[in-house]
Amino acid sequence: MNFSWDLLVNAFVTGVVLGGFYAAAAIGVTIEFGMLDIVNIAHPAFMIAGAYLAYLGWNSFAFDPFVAIAVFAPLGLLFGRVFYRAYHVFFERRGDESLQGLAFFFGILFIVEIGLVLIFGVDYRSISAPYLESTFGIGRISVSWRIMVPFLVGLAMLAGIQLYLSRTFTGRTILAVAQDIEAVRLIGANPVRAKEIAFGIATASAIVAGILLIIIQPVEPSIGRDYIGRTFAICVLGGMASIPGTLIASLILGVAETFTTTFFGPSWSPAVSFGLLLVTLALRPTGLFGR
Amino acid sequence: MSAAILAGASITKQFDGFAALTDVDLTVGKGERVGLIGPNGSGKSTLVNCFAGIIAADSGSIVFDGADITAAPAWLRAKHGLARTYQIPRPFHGMTVQENIQVPLRFAVGHRSARVISVEAQAILDQVGLADKASRSPKVLTQVELRKLELGRALAARPKVLIADEVMAGLSDSEVDEILALLTRLNAQGITILLIEHIMRAVMMFSQRIVVIVAGRKIADGLPDDVMRQDDVERAYLGE
Amino acid sequence: MSATFESHKSSVATPLYSGLAIVLAGATLVAVALLVGSRVSEYYYLAAYTILQFIVLGTAWNILGGYGGYVNFGAAGFFAAGCYTTVVLNKLFHLPLIVDMAAAAAAAGLMGLGTGYMTLRLRGVFFAIATLAVAIVLQTVISNWSFVGGGRGVYVVRPEISGLFGTYAHFLVMLMIGLATCAVFAAWAVEKSWIGVGLAAIRDNETAAETCGVPSLRLKLIAATTSGALMGMAGAPFPYYVSYVDPATAFSLAIAVNSIAMPLVGGTTAWWGPLVGAIMLGSVQQILTVTVSSAANLFIVGVLLVVFLTVAPRGVVGIVRAWKRGSQ
Repeated sequence: MNFSWDLLVNAFVTGVVLGGFYAAAAIGVTIEFGMLDIVNIAHPAFMIAGAYLAYLGWNSFAFDPFVAIAVFAPLGLLFGRVFYRAYHVFFERRGDESLQGLAFFFGILFIVEIGLVLIFGVDYRSISAPYLESTFGIGRISVSWRIMVPFLVGLAMLAGIQLYLSRTFTGRTILAVAQDIEAVRLIGANPVRAKEIAFGIATASAIVAGILLIIIQPVEPSIGRDYIGRTFAICVLGGMASIPGTLIASLILGVAETFTTTFFGPSWSPAVSFGLLLVTLALRPTGLFGR
Repeated sequence: MSAAILAGASITKQFDGFAALTDVDLTVGKGERVGLIGPNGSGKSTLVNCFAGIIAADSGSIVFDGADITAAPAWLRAKHGLARTYQIPRPFHGMTVQENIQVPLRFAVGHRSARVISVEAQAILDQVGLADKASRSPKVLTQVELRKLELGRALAARPKVLIADEVMAGLSDSEVDEILALLTRLNAQGITILLIEHIMRAVMMFSQRIVVIVAGRKIADGLPDDVMRQDDVERAYLGE
Repeated sequence: MSATFESHKSSVATPLYSGLAIVLAGATLVAVALLVGSRVSEYYYLAAYTILQFIVLGTAWNILGGYGGYVNFGAAGFFAAGCYTTVVLNKLFHLPLIVDMAAAAAAAGLMGLGTGYMTLRLRGVFFAIATLAVAIVLQTVISNWSFVGGGRGVYVVRPEISGLFGTYAHFLVMLMIGLATCAVFAAWAVEKSWIGVGLAAIRDNETAAETCGVPSLRLKLIAATTSGALMGMAGAPFPYYVSYVDPATAFSLAIAVNSIAMPLVGGTTAWWGPLVGAIMLGSVQQILTVTVSSAANLFIVGVLLVVFLTVAPRGVVGIVRAWKRGSQ
């Protein structure tokens, strides 16, 4: 274990920047699980699918990552809406969410990961763009644009979603459904449509997060599994339905993981998020900002 | 009033800053018929949940049949004879109506023999008027039948006290009379009943004493006619 | 008024025939295996071992998942706990496999109890995520533990055995037949007992169950511990079966998905559901192993799971019961 002040500060800054990206990955889970009570553990699979879409776009059409976002995020929105409709018909209407529904998402997670292995193999895939190769200096710390771009885009996406939910009618309906779905029905609004749109937004955010992921690092299909722990740990620690909570929890996780990797080695890193989740569930299940 | 069988003292419960119940005292005497009324959102269901052990009050105590049950889990309270029905019926969908009744017979009462359980379940179904639906699924029951199933399950636990939480809500006049007759019969058998209701004629007919809760606080507790004449009770129901 | 019991679920007052049938079937299978001996190629024994292992895993998973409604995403973790208990005990002493299995049951059972105690008072989904967490944390710990070979894995030497069983593979298969019989019998016993009734009530509506006097936490912990212990026992012989164990094999995806897919495809509301599911999906995978890649194999299992969930959510058990109702 090599201690030095520079190492510490570097790890902290990297952790914060990484945390910003983690927030982008987790916001979808906050919406789906925290707000709508849909336990979509396949969310990381959608994210990885997004990463591979970015790869396809870059490889076949020389898509810049921002172009990929502009093209694939709307597709994600549409797909999410259709997917939720199917889930609603086959599981929510039958009252089967807690067992069959949960197993369903597990099956989807599985199919997407193995499907990606069958199509792309287990080799790492990456993309590049000229502006990603340089670094960005803050005093003595240098941070690569490869993680700075996802940090900034991630924050922007979070802000955008927060604005949408608090300022638009549909957004506020979604928040109302999160609080009390029966009340929403009683006032004559359609909670299912609100949930459908919310799920679409969450899926789009997963696609974007996937594109950001492949900017940060090369990807291969099984990486999604690491993000199950991260996204759900962040959602729970952040208090379930709180967007600011998601951000704070993401930063905490990012720093905790980076410190662990820096001082104890990368092989312990998958355990950090799950360990944090278990501790939160054991000690304070309502999270930092939750009810 | 005879000796208290259920006594809640200074019950307070907050949800995330919202005061659902503040310092509520509610006592029910053995064999009594007590009505609990109050506007929507006044805290009645929260109070029932505190009595039943579904949620834990922030402060206050609950004494049942001489024992302090404030910290006791819900299932233990059921075993000792504190039964409740749910406002929105919660049948066990994967079982038949009779099997639903068998659950409290097996757990709250503690019967071991399948034959005894079966016989007693049938008797209870007869009592609540569901005998012909014994082997059907709860999914095919009408609203009033679902309410009877709730009462049947509560009855199967051999309760000393039965808390009926809005068991008549949304029923027609004749259905309300049916349930009311059933509850009166049960009370005549010695079961203490705490009736939470919005249907005023039912509450007035049934209760020996009425308690009124508004905005989490008890504002009245006495004979039905006296309570309904109180100014603040009139205001709570009819507005300023 | 008499109660004609055309229940759409098995009646509570079932004769003991099923339990006896299970034990007899198990004994018969062992006898058959002994008689057949080496006349059948080793391949069939290995295939049988895998399917029997899945019968145990699926049945064990279902005790908490199907009966109680609490999903376990980390079956691979419990299986691997049993696996590595054997590895550790084998390195320290040289104990008979039965002792390894007992130790594995204890270790994995404790894991189930601990995970359950932490999360079974919260909503079901938190238990599910916690089981996944426990599996991954365990995998990380074992991958970093050099005593059991860390990420590189470890070799385990099969002991010599006497002539009664023929080869060691035969012995393992017969052991697994015994374990599968025990697991299925245990599931049947739980389902028909007061524990099963309580779990069914908890699954349908936990709050109402509590109000009926069902001690839900206690029953869930019993189910979680039993389920975990059985899954650990399924893992205990695995090191001897494969001879080389590493975290990737012990914590494999195949274990994780099959433990969930088999009960759900077979049907979660009866003791014979996971059995049917394991035989169905296990056979499909064994047949496909020689024709497609292992990834494609697992892909098909995943697809079958999703298809059954959308089209036949009650599994084969549901289909059989609906057909019986229809023909009455």
